[in-house]
Amino acid sequence: MYTQGLDQAPGPAPASAAEPGAPAAHFQARVDAEEKIEPKDWMPEAYRQTLVRQISQHAHSEVVGMLPEGNWITRAPSLRRKAVLIAKVQDEGGHGMYLYSAAETLGVARGELVEQLLAGSAKYSSIFNYPTLTWADIGAIGWLVDGAAIMNQIPLCRCSYGPYARAMVRICKEESFHQRQGFEIMLTLARGSEAQRAMAQDALNRWWWPSLMMFGPSDHDSKHTAQSMRWKIKRFSNDELRQKFIDVTVPQAQFLGLAVPDAALRWNEATGHFESGPIDWSEFHAVLKGHGPCNRERLAARRAAHAEGAWVREAAAAHAAKLAGRSAAAAA
Amino acid sequence: MSHEWPLFEVFIRSRSGLEHRHVGSVHAADARMAVEHARDVYTRRLEGVSIWVVPSAQITASDPGEAEALFEPARDKVYRHPTFYDIPDEVKNL
Amino acid sequence: MSAPEPGDALRAAQLRYVLRLADTSLVLGQRLGEWVGHAPQLEEDLGLANLALDLIGQARLLLTYAGELEGRGRDEDALAFLRDAPEFLNLTLAEQPNGDFGHTIVRQWLIDTWQLQLYAGLSASSDARLAAIAAKALKETRYHHRFSSGWLVRLGDGTPQSHERMQQALDSLWRFTPELFAADEVDEVVCRAGIAPSLAQLQPAWSAQVDEELRAATLARPPAAPHPWYGKRGVHSEHLGHLLAEMQHLPRTFPGARW
Repeated sequence: MYTQGLDQAPGPAPASAAEPGAPAAHFQARVDAEEKIEPKDWMPEAYRQTLVRQISQHAHSEVVGMLPEGNWITRAPSLRRKAVLIAKVQDEGGHGMYLYSAAETLGVARGELVEQLLAGSAKYSSIFNYPTLTWADIGAIGWLVDGAAIMNQIPLCRCSYGPYARAMVRICKEESFHQRQGFEIMLTLARGSEAQRAMAQDALNRWWWPSLMMFGPSDHDSKHTAQSMRWKIKRFSNDELRQKFIDVTVPQAQFLGLAVPDAALRWNEATGHFESGPIDWSEFHAVLKGHGPCNRERLAARRAAHAEGAWVREAAAAHAAKLAGRSAAAAA
Repeated sequence: MSHEWPLFEVFIRSRSGLEHRHVGSVHAADARMAVEHARDVYTRRLEGVSIWVVPSAQITASDPGEAEALFEPARDKVYRHPTFYDIPDEVKNL
Repeated sequence: MSAPEPGDALRAAQLRYVLRLADTSLVLGQRLGEWVGHAPQLEEDLGLANLALDLIGQARLLLTYAGELEGRGRDEDALAFLRDAPEFLNLTLAEQPNGDFGHTIVRQWLIDTWQLQLYAGLSASSDARLAAIAAKALKETRYHHRFSSGWLVRLGDGTPQSHERMQQALDSLWRFTPELFAADEVDEVVCRAGIAPSLAQLQPAWSAQVDEELRAATLARPPAAPHPWYGKRGVHSEHLGHLLAEMQHLPRTFPGARW
């Protein structure tokens, strides 16, 4: 989900095409047999690169995702909500860390990945380029954004790459609290005063379509899905997951007494699914290109944190070197 | 990045009586910090009674494909991690 | 030997005392909450968030207790979100802005070393409720202190630049430390009743620990600061008003709403 099939740019021809058949065939056989691939196992270079991109995008998304929600920590309207929000955002940072850890097992240093993010050359989920304008947005994010994330993450628990699958298992255990806290906020608002109900409806109006876009481009526009499915990095297509999300979430909106902002939404008895209106893909592409409401602010915030913290990281490294020097001298 | 903090592998014993299990990694400038980071990242939900942190570079791993001639022997590194290799700063593009 | 306090006077002092503890934890927790997403390293985002959670947890327990002592039906949120600055009784040190990471660490370390002494003493309080809260808070504070003193040393004895920043932070925050041990009538009443330890008795141990840790951090203890601060009495620095305006905005804009 935070892996929206953003790795669209075709790289050089997959190395496995040029490599001798035996290791590639052996590798594919292991994947087909649902064996886990571990860090030191042989893997096609394209598999490794796809994973580095996907896992790091996922990690970046978690870290950038701390910002729109972190925006409301100081203004949470009750102490309990404040504590829960801090815990949620802390979890997101933790998820970023599990994912950077997993990416690092593939031969790339976290520092390098972070540099790519700060340089603007790495992607992260488009959803975090939208602003959190009211407290209800915090509810909408938990309910819709985390809801969409869960939909994508559960299949990833069975991804072929061991460290990524294990990170996803940890993340999924923690994620359901996130969605519940969001839904609980929406429920409290929907059952509250007229002003609170209107706040909740307004948030749903603004977050619904961007949440649907989180699942990535439509299947026929998603070139690398087939290979990712063969390598069991991706288990379901974008459209499949998006449809599942809509089918699960619309009844929840109905329970809340809120209207999904889609005039074309209707239940199709024959297919057993909700039909929905067209997604504005031009908005999606604009946001990906950097023209969303908050792209600049998100990147600026991450750059500032990194720049302002440089003296701290340097000092810690310098101190560690001093300690090492002292114990070496003491041992001598 | 010359002052990138080194990587530590984290092992947690979740309950007394069980062994320590590998749960992931953290970056830290020193071992004391690594324990704190490990505690903050991996034990928020009471998942641990004991933490071990080990610099990743200190781990010796077996080679998964020892018998296979096709695979590059890599007996002494856990990951294909570039920062395990010390290259002088003046050398570019590495 | 003075006569025992009349019930109302003791209760009033006890209430103010608990509010002082609660507000200090709340305001400090609020400040730490500002850091999330902006720390020097992702790991420190988690660490600072941890401290914030602990402090807000302490505040919630203490505010709930204060509301009961007060007996006017105010719960933790009514006290946190509907009092104005002059009614807040936190240490002035707690409301000081974050500044850079070093500034935050110094502020944290000064309060951690103080809370270590205080909560240890309060664990023996004649007030069983307060003793229980203090015992729990003491465990948390030991971790906070490990975190803050570790960073004090790393940054004090890191690079020349980090040392300089830390010394400046210490020099600018030191003037708020006399308030930590300045006992007034409230402190005297609760101390006589066995509710709270004597601040005068805690001060030497605090001072010794501070000296030892500053030495390890290669930092110089600033000279004693003459100006007294009275945050404990509701007379704050200019910062608290802004902090509260941000924190209290929603409940004040939607009176009576449930969140």
